[in-house]
Amino acid sequence: MEKVYAGKTVGVDKEGYLTDLSQWNAAIAMEIAKEEGVELTAKHFEVLSYLQDQQRKEVALSIRSIGKSGVVDIKQFYELFPKGPLKIASKMAGIPKPKSCI
Amino acid sequence: MKKLVILGAGTAGTMMASHLRKKLSKSDWEITIIDQCKPHYYQPGFLFLPFDTYKPEDVKKSIDEFIPKGVKLIREKIDVIDKDSDTVVLDDGKKFKYNILILATGTKTAPGEVAGMLGEYWYKSIFDFYTYEGALALRDKLRLWKGGKLVVHITEMPIKCPVAPLEFAFLADSFFIKKGMRDKVDITYVTPLSGAFTKEKCTTALTYLLNDKNIKIVPDFAVEHIDGANGKIVDYGGEEVPFDLLVTIPTNMGDELMARSGIGNELNYVPTDKNTLQTKVKENIFALGDCTDVPASKAGSVAHFQAEILTENILLYIKGKELKPDFDGHANCFIETGHGKALLIDFNYEFEPVKGKFPFAGIGPLNLLTESRLNHWGKLAFRWIYWNMLLPARKLPFITPKMSKSGKNFN
Repeated sequence: MEKVYAGKTVGVDKEGYLTDLSQWNAAIAMEIAKEEGVELTAKHFEVLSYLQDQQRKEVALSIRSIGKSGVVDIKQFYELFPKGPLKIASKMAGIPKPKSCI
Repeated sequence: MKKLVILGAGTAGTMMASHLRKKLSKSDWEITIIDQCKPHYYQPGFLFLPFDTYKPEDVKKSIDEFIPKGVKLIREKIDVIDKDSDTVVLDDGKKFKYNILILATGTKTAPGEVAGMLGEYWYKSIFDFYTYEGALALRDKLRLWKGGKLVVHITEMPIKCPVAPLEFAFLADSFFIKKGMRDKVDITYVTPLSGAFTKEKCTTALTYLLNDKNIKIVPDFAVEHIDGANGKIVDYGGEEVPFDLLVTIPTNMGDELMARSGIGNELNYVPTDKNTLQTKVKENIFALGDCTDVPASKAGSVAHFQAEILTENILLYIKGKELKPDFDGHANCFIETGHGKALLIDFNYEFEPVKGKFPFAGIGPLNLLTESRLNHWGKLAFRWIYWNMLLPARKLPFITPKMSKSGKNFN
């Protein structure tokens, strides 16, 4: 599937998560953020960039590992991305929806 | 004489000992397995203890019953793994040099990780059923409980047997109906995930179960603390869920040994190649079962499939050949849905659980992703299979370590 964000056509899955991180840019993140009702600040982008780094290193993400990353603590993470922060932040970061096994 | 050391004599470690003792020559290889515990628990049975379906003796045997002949069992706490000198050091100071090390130390609950979980309400109004002690304490509570708000709760992922909490909620519904008090019990399922099932196909196929059983669901809930005095759990966003009886799955963590040895991640799981099961710690250290960080379910069936593949890879490693990236994340789980029925699901890294027949394409006899009585009997029969077939590493007929795609409906 494809979707146009900020004038750019990108590959997305059924839930709107980017399928190719290399297509990501900051304008796309801001548009996804708008859909989620979040206004992005520099701190948000710091978190997104951490998530992307982890994704490139193929490290599975969890709320806990982000809390221990030194970038944000868990409380802040929830303030920045309210309700299901990992899911929402992953979408804005252009990385796949975090997997958890059934 | 070369030395192979296995840490942990639970499901995964015992299966590896059984496989390798059959494959490695006794004159060339000494196999040692180290574990401080005395009992070997049939952990899938913990789900049935609180409802008095299983008795304690059904799930508890002695570890040494299952250690194959020709494998040395050492019962001592492990202090540290020194990967640089290929040595395991025990608490009593004894040292074991190894040529190959296999980690099978599993995962444990860590209720101390959430504020308010351990303390004066632990095993009074807050319970777990992932431990033998917890499951029995909960059984005693349920025998006398008069009803109220029952909250079944997952603290954070990953957890061992990710379907068990849901099964618990289903079985609780059945249990209270049978006791004639379902109208006095309000069941709520609280999860950090965005739905009861994270796999889309499961959610589509199975959400009716929650509705049918009148189980409320609170998704996306990440617990920040538990207020035992006022009977509520509170999440980071400030949302509160009240309870009279909280059945929680505490944070699951790998063994502290990994932290002491400097080889674990933030949850003490060991970084491991998800296809070959060689750790990223050192080339002569391998890992399987719940102690790894591979993105597969933490479940006995996974450990079983991994054991077959890891055995092949250890033999390749010994011959100096390239390892096979054969582990595909295959898991196969029965899900108890209450009233003597169960579901069966089969999936891997790539494919979500689908409908179809198992293990024979088109024939079954077991139906995938559909409730049936036969699946329930399959689950109960599995206890016998576990003690008598899995631990001694006898080949299970027709069930392959890699997921079979035939007989399944992928669309």
